[in-house]
Amino acid sequence: MLQIMEGSHAVAEAAKLCRPEVVSAYPITPQTHIVERLAEMVADGELDAEYLCVDSELSALSVCIGSSAAGSRVYSATSSQGLMLMAEVVFNVAGMRQPIVMSIANRALGAPLSIWNDQQDSISLRDAGWFHLYGEDVQEMTDQHFIAYKAAEQHDVLLPGFVCFDGFILSHTYEPVDIPSQEEIDAFLPPYVPYNKLDAKAPISMGMYATPDYYMEFRYETDQALQRAGDAISAAGKEFGEMFGRDYSGHTESYRMDDADVAFVALGSICGTVKDAIDEMRADGIKAGLVKIRTFRPFPAAELAKALAGVPKVAVLEKNISLGSAMKGAVGPEVKDALTGTAIEVYSYVIGLGGRDIRKKDIRAIAALAEKGVGNMFYGLRTEVL
Amino acid sequence: MGIFLRELRIHGRGGQGSVTAAELIATAAFKSGVFSQAFPAFGVERRGAPVQAFVRFSDEKVRLRSQIYEPDYIVVQDSSLIADVDVFSGLKEGGIALVNTENGIVEGVPDGVKLITIDATSLALEILGLPITNTTLMGAFAAATGEIELKSLEEALRERFSGSLAEKNIAAARRAYEMVKEGQ
Repeated sequence: MLQIMEGSHAVAEAAKLCRPEVVSAYPITPQTHIVERLAEMVADGELDAEYLCVDSELSALSVCIGSSAAGSRVYSATSSQGLMLMAEVVFNVAGMRQPIVMSIANRALGAPLSIWNDQQDSISLRDAGWFHLYGEDVQEMTDQHFIAYKAAEQHDVLLPGFVCFDGFILSHTYEPVDIPSQEEIDAFLPPYVPYNKLDAKAPISMGMYATPDYYMEFRYETDQALQRAGDAISAAGKEFGEMFGRDYSGHTESYRMDDADVAFVALGSICGTVKDAIDEMRADGIKAGLVKIRTFRPFPAAELAKALAGVPKVAVLEKNISLGSAMKGAVGPEVKDALTGTAIEVYSYVIGLGGRDIRKKDIRAIAALAEKGVGNMFYGLRTEVL
Repeated sequence: MGIFLRELRIHGRGGQGSVTAAELIATAAFKSGVFSQAFPAFGVERRGAPVQAFVRFSDEKVRLRSQIYEPDYIVVQDSSLIADVDVFSGLKEGGIALVNTENGIVEGVPDGVKLITIDATSLALEILGLPITNTTLMGAFAAATGEIELKSLEEALRERFSGSLAEKNIAAARRAYEMVKEGQ
């Protein structure tokens, strides 16, 4: 049913509909409203789950890993410093092949301290073995939770996933969103069937150490599984589309790419502003388009290459900085790599860090910079304070 | 982009309920059949510090996520803000400024802007017993702009508050609505 609600509450509703048996999280701005709402749902008997209060994010994800290993469907959510504190466990979840789904309300990292949005937190953990989904609006980020569980729990995947959405910009926005019914989600997402689990009657060990004779093979297997997660996400996105009319089979989404002279590549809520800017530019005779990345891990290189084929210039909008790297943003080099062997010029633009607002005029200015071949830079610096 | 996109910027002080006002106005607009979007200007909230919240109204899905720089409407919850913040910044010609003031005097209103004043604080003190002006101003906003229906606002208030608190807030919104309508 279409209703208006805060993004965080829509995520809490989505998490509830997935029937997690264990929820463990630690509050952190701008994620807090999600877990507050879930705690209420458990306390009110709306959600039959164990809600475990913990002393930190490190403990929260540790609780999740144990609960998942015991065979439960598990949910968590975090942001920014919370994700950093979890980092050790984040890698272990993937290595132990536990299909946990965690919402990330994207927020900048300190220092300096910032509670505001960028995507440095999740992008910094891109190599951890989780799949990464990014939502453009409240509807998409809500739906991605259903798809994430479905894909994660496939026995040829068994990997965890982040569902990422911009903190405040989406987590604290009220807008209309269609929340499916419990019956509909039950039909889409069957109960979790573990491939194996901790059981005192049939003991196994998980997360053992691996000698040099085995370690590389574990890492190879995890990478293979993450590649397969791409197919599982696509299949779940297609099935979701057939049931609910919102198709997420693509890891990317193209917007007005016909005859584009310049194509933006971006992740998350900025894509909405980019689409409006593209409409204005097209009306003024500037042929711009957008390829939105919905799945960042596994990286959809082939799909991107197809979507960007024949475009002279690509402007990657980066809400992150890979400090010390040549292109500055972390996404640009991967886009460039996907286009190896073509004459397409790829530029990164670091934009909107720490909550700096992004306007249509900024998008237009970046299109002009890309046209001139100027890029791999911070956009919108206040040079007077440098 | 849709046939119409209209924008509201609410100026208040931390604790006055500007964010709640934005959310309830967006909820009322949604109930009136409009695609709405409400969001705060993500400050570090402190009581008394100037804050902003935003609402967009459109006939179709709102994709734009930037803050609002050229609003069609502004609501000023506390006229003392005018000395600290350029509340009129970017307000469109033909736009509406709704200001809470005791004496009806508002300095610096740009040409071409329609000013509507209401003593929302006295009204809130009288009806709610508290100087919380946001629901009163929502009623005034409905009357001043026609952007939301009073009936939808009442529904939104009943969903947010319960029992006598809901009824008191509805009474405050209704009185402000009538006062602004009479003044027009």
